[in-house]
Amino acid sequence: MTHKALSQIGLSVRLWLASLGYGARLLLRLFVLLPTVLRRYTLLRDQIHFLGNYSLAIIGVSGLFVGFVLALQGYYILNQFGSTEVLGLLVALSLIRELGPVIGALLFAGRAGTSLTAEIGLMKAGEQLSAMEMMAVDPVARILAPRFWAGVIVLPVLVTVFSAVGILGGWLVGVPLLGVDGAAYWGQMQGGVDVWADVGNSLVKGLVFGVAVTFIALLQGYLATPTPEGVARATTRTVVMASLAVLGLDFVLTALMFGV
Amino acid sequence: MSPAAEHPLVQFHAVRFGYAERPILDGLTLALPRGRVTAVLGASGGGKTTLLRLIGGQQRAQSGQVLFDGQEVGALGNEALYAVRRRMGMLFQFGALFTDLNVFDNVAFPLREQTRLSEALIRDIVLMKLDAVGLRGARALMPSEISGGMARRVALARAIALDPELVLYDEPFAGLDPISLGTIARLVRQLNDAMGLTSILVSHDVHETLAIADHVVVLANGRVAAQGSPQQVRQSSDPLVHQFIHAEPEGPVHFHYPAASVADDYGLGARP
Repeated sequence: MTHKALSQIGLSVRLWLASLGYGARLLLRLFVLLPTVLRRYTLLRDQIHFLGNYSLAIIGVSGLFVGFVLALQGYYILNQFGSTEVLGLLVALSLIRELGPVIGALLFAGRAGTSLTAEIGLMKAGEQLSAMEMMAVDPVARILAPRFWAGVIVLPVLVTVFSAVGILGGWLVGVPLLGVDGAAYWGQMQGGVDVWADVGNSLVKGLVFGVAVTFIALLQGYLATPTPEGVARATTRTVVMASLAVLGLDFVLTALMFGV
Repeated sequence: MSPAAEHPLVQFHAVRFGYAERPILDGLTLALPRGRVTAVLGASGGGKTTLLRLIGGQQRAQSGQVLFDGQEVGALGNEALYAVRRRMGMLFQFGALFTDLNVFDNVAFPLREQTRLSEALIRDIVLMKLDAVGLRGARALMPSEISGGMARRVALARAIALDPELVLYDEPFAGLDPISLGTIARLVRQLNDAMGLTSILVSHDVHETLAIADHVVVLANGRVAAQGSPQQVRQSSDPLVHQFIHAEPEGPVHFHYPAASVADDYGLGARP
């Protein structure tokens, strides 16, 4: 009994290590395939359109509402100390440093990551990837790589859109609605937000999250059991793993970027 | 023996393949003649599709050798394997068309990926291939807009787009109506003869398969149970081959999956 349990544990550890190694090799290949992807830019362009443009609506609307509540909550606290003029800075830094990249990446995982996993999983279930292999076409280069690089390129842009729309949302609530001084809203922001330290790091976060979310989505699709249930599970795993990865990586990146 | 048969295109030498404890192919030795339509018959789950995947190098034999034109497929590196695959076409069980591309682009896919031909030339080749399967007029349709039989024919046009030497058919007749089934069977035969192909057809539709094949191989228990011309296989005295060819429910292959005795399962034996 103990023997059997031990061997089960051993097997699952070995399988886990094997999948980790497989994932690492796949990620490396996707990086190596960048020149190939750039040479066939039409494939990349189509994926950027699919992943980016179709995520714009959810990113924009979410950014707006996050900006709204940030301004409301910020105003409530700041008003107690009579310093509502820094509301713009509070909204901008919160969005640029943390909320933009994190919420943007979480939404991207839900909107684009799931569709990537389901698409690749269903292509596998329909033997489309096998058919491609039999035509001597490498599915990693033809299908996975353009999607991966599209995700990596698109997420920093979406994150920036999220933050920008959020700042406008904060202004809408803060200035016309709650009566914060407009010049102070923008002036404090201009003085307090650093282009490199804040906006630059925001883009770096977007890039790192783009790699993580897109890679997890593609890997889950590629390794999915080719059945309806398998694809369903893979899609769920994409959301769970990508969300956890984003939150975990955000902590590490924040610690590195803004000091501990 | 003809020279073609003396130099088989595909050979299996003592090939063993299986999942965990269950062997699927168990020391399979087989030579598939050049220029012929060879049908591989066998029960579902009997290793027929595995056989095709071994030829295409999508799976590797656990022991033994699979040779394509003298090269051991399982020992090839990626580049060499892709070079070998360019000489093969494969028709998947349900066609495996790319659902995001229309009929034309599906057939054009291997040409665009593997050649540097101009779009004008690709157009002509694609229309010729589609014409060969009778679907030149369906070029603009999406895979979701065509029937199963048509999808199978489009996939066939795609499989022969690069003029392969060998075409592998995985259950080409599964789930087709009688008219589509007859069409596909006729196409397999015609394309083989007109293009000088070698065809390997894996199926469990005995009647249609025997009607078009030159050479028939019956697989059972991971080995060759019988092979020869359709006539020879039909007349085989082997009880298993007889059961399979004549579709008899009882014989060496039993109707019941192995189970505990009826008395044990219903708890009848132990009562006082």
